[in-house]
Amino acid sequence: MTPMIYDLRVAIRYDYDAPSLNARNLLRVMPMNRPGVQRRITGALSIEPGPDARSERQDFFGNAVTEVIFQRAVAALEFTTVARVERRPPPERLDLSPELDRLRAEISEGRDLTASSPHHFLGATPRAGHSAEIAAFARDTAPAGGTALETVATIGRALHAEMRFEAGATDVDTPPEEAFRARRGVCQDFTHVMIVALRALGLPAGYASGLIRTEPPPGQPRLEGADAMHAWVRAWCGRETGWVDYDPTNDLMVGTDHVSVAHGRDYADVAPVKGALRSSGASHSNHAVDLVPVI
Amino acid sequence: MAEAEPSPTDALDALISGYAAPESVADEMLGPDGLRPVWRPFLEEFAKLDRAEVTRRFARGDQYLRDAGVFYRFHESGGATERDWPLAHVPVLLGEAEWRGIAAALRQRADLLEAVCADLYGAGDLVRSGMLPPALVAQNPAWLRPLVGVRPASGHFLNFLSFEIGRSPDGSWFVLGDRTEAPSGAGFALENRVATMRTFGEPFRHDHIHRLAGFFRAFREAMGAARPTDGRIAILTPGPGAETYFEHAYIARYLGLMLLEGEDLTVRGSQVEVRTVAGPKPVSLLWRRLDATFADPLELDDRSHIGTPGLVSAVRAGNLELVNALGAGVLQTRAFMAFLPRIAQRVLGRRLLMPNIATWWCGQAAEQAYVIDNAERMTIGPALSLDLPFEATVDTAIAGTFRGEAPDDLGAWIAAKGGRLVGQEAVTLSTTPAWDGAGLQPRPVLLRVFAARTGEGWHVMPGGYARIGQTAEATALSLRAGGSVADVWVLSDRPVQGETVRPAPDVPFHRAGQSLLPSRAADNLYWLGRYVERVEGTIRLARAYHLRLAETGRTDDPRVARIAEHMESLGVEHGPALPDSLSHQIGAAIRCAEKVRDRFSPDGWTALRALDAALQRRRPRIGPGDEAARALGLLLRGTAGFGGLVHDNMYRFTGWRFLSIGRALERAMAMAGVLASFASAEAPDGSFDIAVEIGDSVMTHRRRYLIETNRSTVIDLLALDDRNPRSIRFQISVMRSLVEKLPGSDVNGELSTLARAVLRTETTLATADVAAMDDAVLQALKREIADLSDLLSAAYLT
Repeated sequence: MTPMIYDLRVAIRYDYDAPSLNARNLLRVMPMNRPGVQRRITGALSIEPGPDARSERQDFFGNAVTEVIFQRAVAALEFTTVARVERRPPPERLDLSPELDRLRAEISEGRDLTASSPHHFLGATPRAGHSAEIAAFARDTAPAGGTALETVATIGRALHAEMRFEAGATDVDTPPEEAFRARRGVCQDFTHVMIVALRALGLPAGYASGLIRTEPPPGQPRLEGADAMHAWVRAWCGRETGWVDYDPTNDLMVGTDHVSVAHGRDYADVAPVKGALRSSGASHSNHAVDLVPVI
Repeated sequence: MAEAEPSPTDALDALISGYAAPESVADEMLGPDGLRPVWRPFLEEFAKLDRAEVTRRFARGDQYLRDAGVFYRFHESGGATERDWPLAHVPVLLGEAEWRGIAAALRQRADLLEAVCADLYGAGDLVRSGMLPPALVAQNPAWLRPLVGVRPASGHFLNFLSFEIGRSPDGSWFVLGDRTEAPSGAGFALENRVATMRTFGEPFRHDHIHRLAGFFRAFREAMGAARPTDGRIAILTPGPGAETYFEHAYIARYLGLMLLEGEDLTVRGSQVEVRTVAGPKPVSLLWRRLDATFADPLELDDRSHIGTPGLVSAVRAGNLELVNALGAGVLQTRAFMAFLPRIAQRVLGRRLLMPNIATWWCGQAAEQAYVIDNAERMTIGPALSLDLPFEATVDTAIAGTFRGEAPDDLGAWIAAKGGRLVGQEAVTLSTTPAWDGAGLQPRPVLLRVFAARTGEGWHVMPGGYARIGQTAEATALSLRAGGSVADVWVLSDRPVQGETVRPAPDVPFHRAGQSLLPSRAADNLYWLGRYVERVEGTIRLARAYHLRLAETGRTDDPRVARIAEHMESLGVEHGPALPDSLSHQIGAAIRCAEKVRDRFSPDGWTALRALDAALQRRRPRIGPGDEAARALGLLLRGTAGFGGLVHDNMYRFTGWRFLSIGRALERAMAMAGVLASFASAEAPDGSFDIAVEIGDSVMTHRRRYLIETNRSTVIDLLALDDRNPRSIRFQISVMRSLVEKLPGSDVNGELSTLARAVLRTETTLATADVAAMDDAVLQALKREIADLSDLLSAAYLT
C-alpha cells in the first residue's frame, strides 16, 4: 500500500423548530495527527452563523475540541470541516502480540495513566457497559491460546458474520447489548459490541471516529459507512504491538481507506457534536461527508 | 406522707444498673473503669426524671422538629417517602480532651485527601510510583477526565468534608469512610442540637457544651474568601427530589445563601450567572450538593437533565470555585482505603493518627488470597463503590453471607471478580445509651464529623451528629434500616465562652440582597400564590353547588346546573362531594412550595400539608349536599390560615411580592369569570346571590345596598369596588402596587411594559360604568388579566 492523500469534508447541520437561546457546543470534527500514520496537511472548521465565542483545546485523549457559544437565538447551525490529510499504511509486521494471559500481566505492569494507557480501556464505560451475553459470545468465539491480535481479528470477523449492517435499525442511544441481541445495527453498534466483547476478555478496546473513502478504489466494493461519519475499534495488543485499528463493520484491519478524527473509550468520548440547547421545539440534523483521494 | 426523695447517687445507680453493655465492645457511657466522668452530670439530672417526664421532654424535642419541618426522604421501589427526622433523644457525650485527638487526626486525614486529590487531577505520581493501582483510577467512574489538569481557582480541591468514625473494642477510634463528593448532615446536626437542647432544657446545664454555630460562620467566611471573583455564593441542589433537600434549604436559609438548581444557572462565555428577577447576576462559588457527574451535561454525563451546560468551562477558566471540586468524589472509593495508610507515610511523612477500616483490594494476589481465607470476618463488595461499608448492596457479602443471590462458591466468585472486589474487616462499633421507653439500652453508634477549610486551616465541627443502630447489628445504622440520629456533645471542663470561633469583622460578609430572587424561585412563588387562591375558589364554588343541591335536592335545578356548568368550564368536576381537581390543585401548590422551602416559612408549609391531609382524610367519607358543604366550609379555614400566615408573617422580600401577585391575579381573574357566569343577564334567578356568596360578600352587600341583589349592585361590589378585597378592581390595585416595586418597573420615570399594562387595567376599572360591564366586557377583562400573567412571566420568570 502506498500513502494516500485525501480531501475531506464533513458538514453537520442542525435546524431548530424553535430558535434556541444560549447554545453551546463541543465539536470533535477535525482529523487528527498521528505520527507515522496520519498527517493533517491543512484543516479548517467553519461555523455558520458565526458564534459569539469560540475556543480550541485538547481533551484528555488528545482530541482537538472546539467549543462554540451562541448568546443570541439561532434557528440553524452548520459546522463544516474541510481538510487535506495524508494517510500512511500501518507498518507490515509479524504477530508479536502476546496471548491473553501474558497481555493481562503486561497491562498490570503498566503504571501509566496518559491518554494511550490501556488501563482506560477496560471495564465498563458510559456507552459500553458490561454485558453477560456479549461476554459469553466473546468467550465462545475467542481462539484458545490465541494471541491478542488473532483474538481481535477472530472476534471481529465473527461479529461481522453475526450482525447485519442496517441503517435505521438502531439509534445513537441504543445500548450495545440490544444491538447485539437484534444482530443488526450501524458502525457505532458494531464498534460498541466489539469493544464490550474484547474488554470481557481482558483486551483493552476503544472507539475511533472518522471517515472512510466515499468511493472505493477501482474494482473494489464500496465500504459500508461511507455516507456518514464512521466508527471502528481500537485494541491494545501488548507493549510490542501497541494499538491496532480494526473495522468490524467491514471486517478489515484499518489501512489507508480510513481517516481518524477522534479516539476515546466509547462514543460518549468522541461524539462529533455535543450540544446543549435551551429550546422547546424539536431539531433536525443532517450529516454529509466526503473523503476523496487527491489524484 | 411524702415518700423520701431518692439521693442523686441512688437514682443514677438505678438508671444505669439495668444497662447491659455487650462484653466485647467498647461503650460510650461505661468505660473500662465504670461510668465515664463526662457523663455523670448529665445522667444525674436525667436520673431525676420519671418516665412521664422523659416522655414529655422527648415529645417536646419531636414537636420542635415537626414544627421546623425537618424530614428525611428516601427512595424505594414504590416511590419517595418522607419520614420524620428520627432523633434518638439521648445525646452522645465526649470529653474535650478526647475530641481534640479526634479533631487532630481528622485534620491530618483531610490534608492527606487533599494531597491525593491534587495528585489524581494533577501530577499523577501516586499511580506512577505504584502507591495506587492504575485500574482503581482509570476504571473509576468518579475520576472525571475533563477535570484532569484543571486546578481549582482557590488552589484547593477540598473545602468541606465529613468522616464516619467508630470506636473499636480497644477504645481507639477508626475511620469507616470519607465523604468528599457532597457531604450531608451538617444542617441536620444543627437541628439535632436545637431539638436536643429543647429536650434537655432546664435544669440541664448547657454551658460546658461546645457550640456549633461558630463552625458555620467560619466556613461561611472562608467561602467568601475562596471566591475567585466577587460574584455570589450559592448552594447548588439537585432539587426537591433529593434525600437531603430539607437540609439544602435549611443551610441556605441559615447562612443567607441562594439555593439554586442547575436550570437557575447559565454560563455566559465562561462566567456562571444566576437568572434572577433583576436579570442575570454573576456567581463565583457554588457549595455543591449535586453529584459532580450531573453538573454539566456537555462535559460530564450527557444524560443529566439537572446540570448546567458549560459549568466545567467556567471552572477551567478559573471563574468558578466549587465546594468540593468536581471529581473530588473519587476519594470516596472504597478500595482507596487499602492504600491510604501507605500513601500517608509517603505524602505526609508520618503515620495516620487515626487508622481507617482495614481493607484489602482483591486485584492483588496476596490480598485476594487473604480475603478468600477470611471471608467470614469481612464485608466483601464492589471495589469502586463510593458508599460506606455498612451501606451494603445486594452484591455484597457480609461475613461470608450475601444480601442478594449468593454464588455457589465464594472463593471462586472472588477470584473471578478479582480487582472489582474489595474486602473490609467486619465492623465492631461501640455502644451508646438509647432510651427504649423504659430505660437506657446499649446501641451501636457511629459519629459523623464535619471538617471545613478556613483561613486558619481545617476547622472540625465539635459534635452534632451520631447515628444509632436500631438493633445491635452495625448494618442497622442506616436511616433506611430504621436507624436514628443523635446529637453529640463535646463537653469542656470549663464553661464554654459564647462561640468558639471569633468573628472576623474584616472579612466581607456577603448577604443575599433583596433583588436576588432567582427567576425559578419567583416562578414557583407566583404559582404557589395562584394555586392556593385557585384552591380557595374551587372550594367556594363547590360549596355553593352543594348548598344549592341540599336546598333543592335536584341536579337539574337551573341554579345548580349553572354552577355545574361554570365548574366544568374551569375543569372542575361537580359530581363528587370533594372534587379530584381540588386534590390536584393542592398538590400543585405543595409542589411549588417544596421548591422554595428556603424562602418560605415552615408554618406556611405545615398549613399547606395540613390542608391536604384534611382533604384526604375527609374525601372517602363525605356525601354530596349538606355534608359536603360543611366539609368544604372547614377546608376554607385551612386556606384562610395560609393566607393569614403569608400576610402576617412573611417578610416583604421580592419573593413575597410574587406570591402576592399570584394570589391577586388569580382572584381577579376568577372573579371576572364568576361575574360573567352569574351576573349575566341570562343567568337564572338566584344567580346574583351565588356570585355574592362565592365572593364572600353577603354581609357587605346587605349593609351597602340595603336592597336585594341585582345586576348593578353585584357588578359594583365585585368588579368595581375599591374597598372590597373580593373585587376585581381591588385586586388589580393590589397588583399595581406590588408590580411598582419589582425590579426595573420604573426606570427614571419610564414604566415597564407590565407596569403600564397593570396601570391601564386599573384605570379602566376605576373609570368604568356599571351598565357597560356586560358578559363580553367581563370575558375580555378576564383575558386581559391572563395577558398580565404572560407579561409577568416574560419579564421575570423565565
